[in-house]
Amino acid sequence: MLLITCPYCGPRAGAEFTFERPIESIVPLDATPEAATERLYTRDNIKGPSWELWRHAYGCRAWVKVLRDTGTHEVIEVGLA
Amino acid sequence: MKRYSALNLFRGGLEGHKSWPRAWRAPEPKPHYDVIIVGGGGHGLATAYYLAKVHGVKNVAVLERSWIGGGNIGRNTTIVRSNYRLPELQALLELSLKLWEGLSDELNYNLMFSQRGALFLGHSDSDMTRLAERGDSLRCNGIDAELMTREEVGKLIPALDLSPAARFPVYGGLIQRRGGTARHDAVAWGYARAADALGVDVIQNCEVTGLDIVGGKVVGVETTKGRIGADRVGLCATGGSTKLAAMADLKLPIECHNLQAFVSEPIKPMIDTVIMSQSIHCYISQSDKGEIVLGGDPDLYPTYAQRGMPLRIEEVAAQAIALVPALSRLRMLRSWAGTTDMSFDGSPIIGTTPVDELYLNAGWCYGGFKACPGSGWLYAHALAKGEAHPVAAPFSLDRFAAGALIDEAGVGPMPHHR
Amino acid sequence: MTRRLPHAGLIDQDQPIRFTFDGKPYTGYAGDTLASALMAQGVKVFGRSFKYHRPRGLLSAGAEEPNALLSVGEDGRFEPNCRATDVLIYDGLIAQSQNRWPSLKLDVGAVNQLIGRFIPAGFYYKTFFGGPRLWMLYEHFIRRAAGLGAAPTAPEQDAFEHRAAFCDVLVIGAGPAGLAAAQAAATAGVRVMLVEQDILLGGSLLTDGADIDGAPDTAWAEAVEANVIAAGGRVLTRATAYGFWDHGLVTVAERLAEAGEAPGACGLVQRIWRVRAGRVVLATGAIERPLLFSGNDRPGVMLSSAVRTYVKRYAVLPGQRTVVATCTDDAYLTALAIHEAGGEVVAVLDARSEAEATSAIVTRAKAVLPVLFDAKSVKALGGTSVNGLEASVGGAARTFACDLIAVSGGFTPVTHLHMQAGGGLSFDNATGAFIPAAPRQNQISAGAAAGRDGLGQSLTDGWLAGLKAAHEVGVKGDPGKAPIGETADHASRAGQAYEPAPGVYLKTAFVDYQNDVTAADVDLAWREGYRSVEHLKRYTTLGMATDQGKTSNLIGLARLAKAEGRPMPEVGLTTFRPPYTPVTLGALAGEAVGHHVAPTRHLPLHAMHAALKPIWQPSGYWTRPRAFPVGGETLMEAALREARAVRNLVGMTDVSTLAKFEIAGPDAAAFLERICATTVAKLALGRGRYTFMLREDGLVIDDGTVWRLGDQRYLLTSSTGGADRMIAHLSYVRRILTPELKLSVANVQEHWAGAAVAGPLSKAVLAEALGGEPPRHMSVADGVIAGVPVKVLAASYSGERAFEVYAVSTEMTPVWAALTERVQAKGGALYGLEALELLRIEKGHIEVGAEIDGRRTPADLGLTKMLNPKGGYVGAPALQRPAFSAPGRLTVVGLTSDEPIPEGAMLIADGGGAPVGHVSSAGLRLTSDGSVALGLLKDGAARLGETLLASSPTRGRSARVTVASPHFYDPAGERYRD
Repeated sequence: MLLITCPYCGPRAGAEFTFERPIESIVPLDATPEAATERLYTRDNIKGPSWELWRHAYGCRAWVKVLRDTGTHEVIEVGLA
Repeated sequence: MKRYSALNLFRGGLEGHKSWPRAWRAPEPKPHYDVIIVGGGGHGLATAYYLAKVHGVKNVAVLERSWIGGGNIGRNTTIVRSNYRLPELQALLELSLKLWEGLSDELNYNLMFSQRGALFLGHSDSDMTRLAERGDSLRCNGIDAELMTREEVGKLIPALDLSPAARFPVYGGLIQRRGGTARHDAVAWGYARAADALGVDVIQNCEVTGLDIVGGKVVGVETTKGRIGADRVGLCATGGSTKLAAMADLKLPIECHNLQAFVSEPIKPMIDTVIMSQSIHCYISQSDKGEIVLGGDPDLYPTYAQRGMPLRIEEVAAQAIALVPALSRLRMLRSWAGTTDMSFDGSPIIGTTPVDELYLNAGWCYGGFKACPGSGWLYAHALAKGEAHPVAAPFSLDRFAAGALIDEAGVGPMPHHR
Repeated sequence: MTRRLPHAGLIDQDQPIRFTFDGKPYTGYAGDTLASALMAQGVKVFGRSFKYHRPRGLLSAGAEEPNALLSVGEDGRFEPNCRATDVLIYDGLIAQSQNRWPSLKLDVGAVNQLIGRFIPAGFYYKTFFGGPRLWMLYEHFIRRAAGLGAAPTAPEQDAFEHRAAFCDVLVIGAGPAGLAAAQAAATAGVRVMLVEQDILLGGSLLTDGADIDGAPDTAWAEAVEANVIAAGGRVLTRATAYGFWDHGLVTVAERLAEAGEAPGACGLVQRIWRVRAGRVVLATGAIERPLLFSGNDRPGVMLSSAVRTYVKRYAVLPGQRTVVATCTDDAYLTALAIHEAGGEVVAVLDARSEAEATSAIVTRAKAVLPVLFDAKSVKALGGTSVNGLEASVGGAARTFACDLIAVSGGFTPVTHLHMQAGGGLSFDNATGAFIPAAPRQNQISAGAAAGRDGLGQSLTDGWLAGLKAAHEVGVKGDPGKAPIGETADHASRAGQAYEPAPGVYLKTAFVDYQNDVTAADVDLAWREGYRSVEHLKRYTTLGMATDQGKTSNLIGLARLAKAEGRPMPEVGLTTFRPPYTPVTLGALAGEAVGHHVAPTRHLPLHAMHAALKPIWQPSGYWTRPRAFPVGGETLMEAALREARAVRNLVGMTDVSTLAKFEIAGPDAAAFLERICATTVAKLALGRGRYTFMLREDGLVIDDGTVWRLGDQRYLLTSSTGGADRMIAHLSYVRRILTPELKLSVANVQEHWAGAAVAGPLSKAVLAEALGGEPPRHMSVADGVIAGVPVKVLAASYSGERAFEVYAVSTEMTPVWAALTERVQAKGGALYGLEALELLRIEKGHIEVGAEIDGRRTPADLGLTKMLNPKGGYVGAPALQRPAFSAPGRLTVVGLTSDEPIPEGAMLIADGGGAPVGHVSSAGLRLTSDGSVALGLLKDGAARLGETLLASSPTRGRSARVTVASPHFYDPAGERYRD
């Protein structure tokens, strides 16, 4: 189980967090239809470090962005979203 | 190929089984094939078989970067059924189920396909209505489905907790009697052997490292065994779809997630039916070896690690014990995990890509095993004819941009909401 | 003949313990395992193998045991497949053998041996053809023959627990290396957790003993334990670390009661620890390998180190006349131990040449025992147990009479946890096994687990590992001095002997004992092309038995590598995954049993409702009243009465579960117009409207209402079923998509409880309760009821005039009571979810879960006109996709009929054919005869007036229905408009 360092709470068990979405999939409210489709329906989906949006849902509820390696699960960087 | 039969097995016993040939050859790649299938899993091998058998296209290579059957074909929970809700998926999986029914004999490889029933439990009146709706849809589309009362369910699976005070009380269920299980490894080996016997080259330890695209058309692949030319290339490698498509500058509606499953130590027969639930996401069956096979929800974040959280295993254990209390003192013997290609409506992608002669079969989420024969058959059709069979047509890559989603669970594009 | 040795070993021969095995009474001693106790009383055959039903005896003394599987306990404590080597006996223990009928001695299944040559590995793939039905007939018998222990039938009787633990350094294994590591780290000031699968600390010291720092090893182990505890750490025994997960998380299964044993006062039989460690030291030891020869599975063939453990720790001599067959020096310790205990060592057969075996222990043994070199075992002789061994000594055939063959094929470091943690392996030729190489999570392997050889190396290695771990967690205290161990004899464990002697009959040279996989099977698999180690495992089932290949994996790999003509490391190993040893499912579930498997959410007024004995309905995790039957009413009778009460008089229902949000700030309206697909900003103060929300892909996800409470304050309500989703969604939009807006969002779902009062008399009820005029339709007002501040929203879900009354949930009781009294005084009734459904269906309101099924666009649901023309809301960009306006979409329609309409039924057109839709919500006309329903129908808008068949083959019901507008009841809304 992952250990994620919440900027407010420090290192906490991954079970306290919810994975929300890859950063690349965020659709701005003013996106064009093409951009929305691109962001919703395609992914880089790489095996390696990628930026993700997580939430410390069962802790302080902060939204955090996490650079995590999808091959090794190493959590490289965590910051407030 | 030497025919498998009781008689030949007997003869083999008399001579120490020395003359069984290799189940499939180990050929070196030829310089060119009519069709190259990238990925030697259940779907890829099935595709090769049907290309040769149904369409007479035999100049085919299956390129597998490791050993065949090492992917999800060897990691699933072996459940076969076609009792989905949406008609497009019903048609796809029923085509597959019908192929399952004759497959062992056709391949001359015992897949141990056992139609012992796939049962969805309902835990409330509302569940039962949803199950009835699913069953009605199936029956009206010519697929078997029967509602069962609590008593009938109890007779079928005496080990279930039927007491009304249970956390998930059993109200009844919906059963597909033609559903069941099969020996997953045997599917890969069986298709490989049969395809090989028809002249298909199954080439292991051959990883595709590049796609050779000229003027918008694929003409070959680069591999760890050198360049191989092809008239047509079909990508068919769960876990590798994104990387392979990227070689053609394509970005796919696929996100890789992890699904865990585990088995108990083997015990004498306890559960004869495949148990699933309308509201809790654990599934339970018992293999022919006697191991109880358990699975549940995927881990919730993208990963290629084929490794998950202990929490998921614990959840499945708790839910399984809630349904079948006598499981409590059995022990988890072996756990494993696989990478699932999650598509953004939960349904697979079969058909053409924007690159000429490059085809794609991907996005099976966690429902790929049951579809092996059907997927292979339909993909072979596409690769042979250059266009999707009507049953495969709804599962096109461009359906996402068009909004023609086939979303069985109705949860939208986020894979971790499935 | 086996016999108990008079010296104590580590068992207490003054504490007899009585137990039964297959109905016969036996006596053992405190400290005995089932294995040692039964062995001491002469039991040789402990089980039958999976396929051939060959008699099997003990191979080992530890967790690697593949043969001696017994069922222990009864009823809710019945545990099948227990390794006899891993069960400590207790008074009253009941054990039974498995996989045999009618008895262990005379097992009908043994007939399989007669046809053994016809049923090699994988034979079942080559036969049983003839279609699924025929296969299922064969399968019936195969399944009955398969499996080992009996399936349990009784539910769990005891309890399990999960605990979390945090430590700086986790040391796994309390043998010499682990104890030394724990000592170093604890002395340096680190909080250490030391876990050991045995009941005693010491590992190999428990067999071989030593003086450590001048004192007996038992005293040293005790001192280390005290040291660890004094430094704030924890020591667990009977605790197996079975999983090494991400980021230093290790799961440990601790046994608090033995298999089948009643728990102590705490009621717990097992506990799972989730340990998050700064560093992990893996001191997990090494497991001995058997040798390949014909009949190597006969009872009486045992691992040499196990024989020594039985002699020295358990005070049992497993045989009177022993042959020791070895390729290591370590087995010489066994030979000498047997000799010193008074047993006869018939011969030591060393596979090495005399020139290779020159160490001191060999020299010492040669002086007192018959030692032969270039000696390889060929065939074990005997029926249900060994009575001799044929060997090849220097090329010449010799036979030895014996009743025990102690084998040593080398030692395999236990690297499972290292691999689970993502560590790599490298191959060590001296040991013929893989040892840990690059760690990925900074785990540190030490001692035999790291390929070290001998007590001195293990102590030093462990001590250094503990020190390293301490430094890496930032503790720089003085670790004291490294322990110095002295053993009477040092014996190396190096050696490998994978190649069987020429002349070995491979069909009975077993590799995997439990699954009956022989060397011939490995060869057959290779011949047939199953050449990766994964193929080998899956085709032959080698390594897939309950011992998980601990004694067989490498032997199989070696044989495969030889067939391939490639070195072992090139062929590779299968991936090790949790669990290291099998873990009880009940332990994995922990406290999540019974009603704790999933939470149940109660309404704030649950107790008040419960007093009326309603029929309850689960609604997600909520439990809500479905109906309040009186006087023996059925569910339907009650629901109809309640619904008609609402239509004709007044009714009241609990609506507390609705999702509710208070949104305040200068940009509150702007924010709401991002969430909701309708306009919001135009709402006047005190007014409300219906609204709906889209998912990002443009499909309708939820609906509800929005109310303007103040100049910059709004209340948003939405469905119960979508509440959790909506909470997350609002947070996402607020924090990620609109961080620049100025507002705050408060989730008040559980903060406010709510009652809906609906019916023609609802206005009168509210007026009395409020002491003033209630708000007009689609307005909100504050008030006081029974002294409690309330908010009253005038909205109708039922189709009658209605009010939703909200108060802080802890203050709701008097409000509810005041309203109920007035409702009942007017002849009205409480109503539940069933009546609510009937009312809203007759009114034609769509609902989340039924019509809003996650696949519908606003147009499908007839909501296009309500879309905010400005756009800018979640889902707007994705709405333009072509398939959303294509013909053939399922759209909402009403359905009417004279017959009851089955909910969920398929809609079939008059010409027959595939379904063109389905009944999404089925109801009744409440104030006249007939049925109404909502449905989803392809091109529904174009089919008004068409007749269809609503068909439910699974329920044997159908109804002829007519497509109509869903506004069956009071389409103009006159019942509630002002």
